Amino acid sequence: MKFRIYRYNPETDDAPYMQDYDLSIDAGDKMLLDAILLIKEQDDSLSLRKSCREGVCGSDAMNINGRNGLACITQLSELKQPIELRPLPGLPVIRDLVVDMTQFFKQYHSIKPYLVNNDPPPETERLQSVTARAELDGLYECILCGCCTTACPSFWWNPDKFVGPAGLLQAYRFLADTRDQATAERLDNLEDPYRLFRCHSIMNCVDVCPKELNPTRAIAKIKDMMVKRIV
Amino acid sequence: MLDRIVTNAHYGLRDWLIQRITAVVMALYALFIAAYLLWQRRLDYDTWTALFSNNVVRSFTLLFLLSVFYHAWIGMRDIVMDYVRPAGMRLAIHVAVILALLMYVIWSVQILWGM
Repeated sequence: MKFRIYRYNPETDDAPYMQDYDLSIDAGDKMLLDAILLIKEQDDSLSLRKSCREGVCGSDAMNINGRNGLACITQLSELKQPIELRPLPGLPVIRDLVVDMTQFFKQYHSIKPYLVNNDPPPETERLQSVTARAELDGLYECILCGCCTTACPSFWWNPDKFVGPAGLLQAYRFLADTRDQATAERLDNLEDPYRLFRCHSIMNCVDVCPKELNPTRAIAKIKDMMVKRIV
Repeated sequence: MLDRIVTNAHYGLRDWLIQRITAVVMALYALFIAAYLLWQRRLDYDTWTALFSNNVVRSFTLLFLLSVFYHAWIGMRDIVMDYVRPAGMRLAIHVAVILALLMYVIWSVQILWGM
């Protein structure tokens, strides 16, 4: 199987380049990550992040044949050869397939991704009704791999000001939580031409999300809440 | 001055909502004109001036044009926000767009009520 992988070591290389690799393996039911690890056995200078190898940790997000995804849950047999691997777009490259996610997490932290509730904690859990809990489905599953945000042109242009689809999905996750008491502050935090409204419903985020979540719908729901607040 | 990132200008929702409302006005006007053209057997200078001598049509047309201009302003600013970085140049483009659109407003009134 043929691979073309983005290589860049800022300490030794003047510019990034694409390196070809050949693996004599059968795709079978192997995942892309299995193949990359076999390549790394050939050439241990190749750098990438990986951890759980089953689509739970979100470490091995990369650009696979032009589309962001997780290497560990991408079937090798479904990929056209040569399989072109690049780091996630729009973020600074640290080395090879490893990107600097600082900006991504800065935006994530800016939406206060935790429950704000100033009531004294009850003796047991803070209970929710079945319907209130159901609103969190499709939101809490996000693993923050960064596939969506780095596929978003609005984030490419304004990574310092636009929260990005992953952050906004989480923003709605806490806006939708009946146990949270900071709804007004959360909406104030996003009511700005950049932080939320740079989203123009391009929907690359929905297209690439490896967990099949829908940030565009979450963003529309935040806009709904804002409209309801003023009318 | 240190280049601090400043956000929270608090007009995001307003402009987003206005863009949608003006889009509805534009769609209604487009339907009105399309319907008029379809039902009109004979279309010449007389029928056309007759249509636009009606004050309701004139007002609706002006409302439509104002919607186009406001819609265009928000769209132009969105483009400038993405592609023009220096604040001075951005302000200059904003002012140029606003002045041009204001000229169009005056011009539209002249055309509609000057016939």
